[in-house]
Amino acid sequence: MVAIVKNGVSWVGASVLEVTPAIGRLVLYIFSTFFWFLKPPFRRTLFFEQMVFMGNKSLFIVLLTSSFSGMVFAYQIYLGFTAFSVDSFVGPIVAIAVCKELAPVFTGLVVAGRCGAAMAAQIGTMKVTEQVDALECMGVNSVQYLAVPRVFATVITMPMLCMIFMLIANLGSWVIGVKVLGIDPVMYFSKLSDFMNLPMIIEGLIKASFFGFLISIIGTYQGFAVKGGAEGVGRGTNMAVVWGMIMVLISDFFLTAILAKIL
Amino acid sequence: MSDAIEFNHLTKTFGDHTVLNALDFKIHEGKITTILGFSGAGKSTLLKHILGIHHPTSGQVKVLGQDLKNLDEGQMREFRTNFGMVFQYSALFDSMTNFDNVAFPMREFTKKSKSQIKEDVLSLMEQVGLDEHAWYKLPSEISGGMRKRVGLARGLALQPKVMLYDEPTTGLDPITTHMVDDLIRRTHAAGASLPMTSVIISHDIAATLRISDYIAFLELGQVVEHSSVEDFKKSTNPTIRKFLELST
Ligand SMILES: Nc1ncnc2c1ncn2[C@@H]1O[C@H](COP(=O)(O)OP(=O)(O)O)[C@@H](O)[C@H]1O
Ligand SMILES: [Mg+2]
Repeated sequence: MVAIVKNGVSWVGASVLEVTPAIGRLVLYIFSTFFWFLKPPFRRTLFFEQMVFMGNKSLFIVLLTSSFSGMVFAYQIYLGFTAFSVDSFVGPIVAIAVCKELAPVFTGLVVAGRCGAAMAAQIGTMKVTEQVDALECMGVNSVQYLAVPRVFATVITMPMLCMIFMLIANLGSWVIGVKVLGIDPVMYFSKLSDFMNLPMIIEGLIKASFFGFLISIIGTYQGFAVKGGAEGVGRGTNMAVVWGMIMVLISDFFLTAILAKIL
Repeated sequence: MSDAIEFNHLTKTFGDHTVLNALDFKIHEGKITTILGFSGAGKSTLLKHILGIHHPTSGQVKVLGQDLKNLDEGQMREFRTNFGMVFQYSALFDSMTNFDNVAFPMREFTKKSKSQIKEDVLSLMEQVGLDEHAWYKLPSEISGGMRKRVGLARGLALQPKVMLYDEPTTGLDPITTHMVDDLIRRTHAAGASLPMTSVIISHDIAATLRISDYIAFLELGQVVEHSSVEDFKKSTNPTIRKFLELST
């Protein structure tokens, strides 16, 4: 029994010792991206390239996810609500859930899987093939050249994707609710306008932007941390996806609590 | 003879692992010097001290008369334009064409016009013998030997005073190796009016004997032998003798 406790304590101790410097390194990395973001030159071309790249990578999946989740959500709510003859509430319920939660979180998960992974893979490959060293040898800071455009592009692009998600999901809900299940369209819209408001949308967009920050910081950080060949790149990519998704889900909770106070 | 690079009592430790141990060594200006040593001897580490990417744990590094300690981060970046670096696997930016790779340092560090850059890049690519059909291809679309040429052209882009080669021929076939050796010699000679200093890192002894003016042997964190090629062949150091015997 004592041995178990002892082992347990030493395991916790070892984990803390292992995790603490890792967090320290990550925090330092975040500071250095801010530092190099503020320092000229701002690499506009790279920034726009990254935005286009992100759009290409994730727009289709965002469209797919948003339309189907909007439709299925409307359907489920309808099934529950129609028994009490309050099926006209399908519109606002879906809208609230989508704007505040589903849109930013799903977009975050998609972007973590597609773009966070790509960032880790690209930078990781550049690391193991000495391209990062080559940049540094030429006197170009690799954080400024590789990380800053990616992080900034993700912070800007995420809310745009999130907005598209909101629109399409609500459209899907309307199609299923009004066109397929026969909810009265006038009622649908009147209830929707009763409950919809701007802060809801703003909450979603702020969340999306913040998730974008986390995803891109983690993705680029994992890229720079890659060691040892193609296998290392695979590991880094994997870590970027896993931690990107985990951080989206965890930070969502705290962000919700904070934004509920502010907005 | 003046020295391009001076290491004075240079010590570098990573954690408790001492890689360079009070190393004293001077690299002559305008010559080709090869640093030989086993894998893990600390050759790349030494090179990174010249570039100011690694900082000495103790001791001094002087490059072109400048003590690197006195340069801040920004000045160091600026100072690096004095160097051209050629990497083992070329380390070309794989998202850019070969042309853009060579143009990259010019775009970053000079105020040359678009047409001036184009002219300079094309003349560099001709100088290193890069086939015309490869100019606007991606690095992944050309052979390893051709990539080496692009890497060399990129290293030469800012007309450096010092060229640094990290294992330029490791992993290449014998014919390409010969081509690269030849290229290094010709590049050095072409830049002789500057005059250019070339530093090569290698463990390929045959090539080293062929192209170097001076050879330094790195062992246990110190330069145990530094001499002209002729004297190096006569060295009595047992490790060097073994190195020479095994590779001939
Ligand atoms: N950034 C670093 N951190 C820790 N150890 C390093 C680092 N760079 C090199 N080393 C260690 O220094 C030693 C020499 O490495 P290196 O200079 O690359 O050798 P060489 O180029 O001669 O093969 C190796 O044992 C390597 O593990
Ligand atoms: Mg090496």
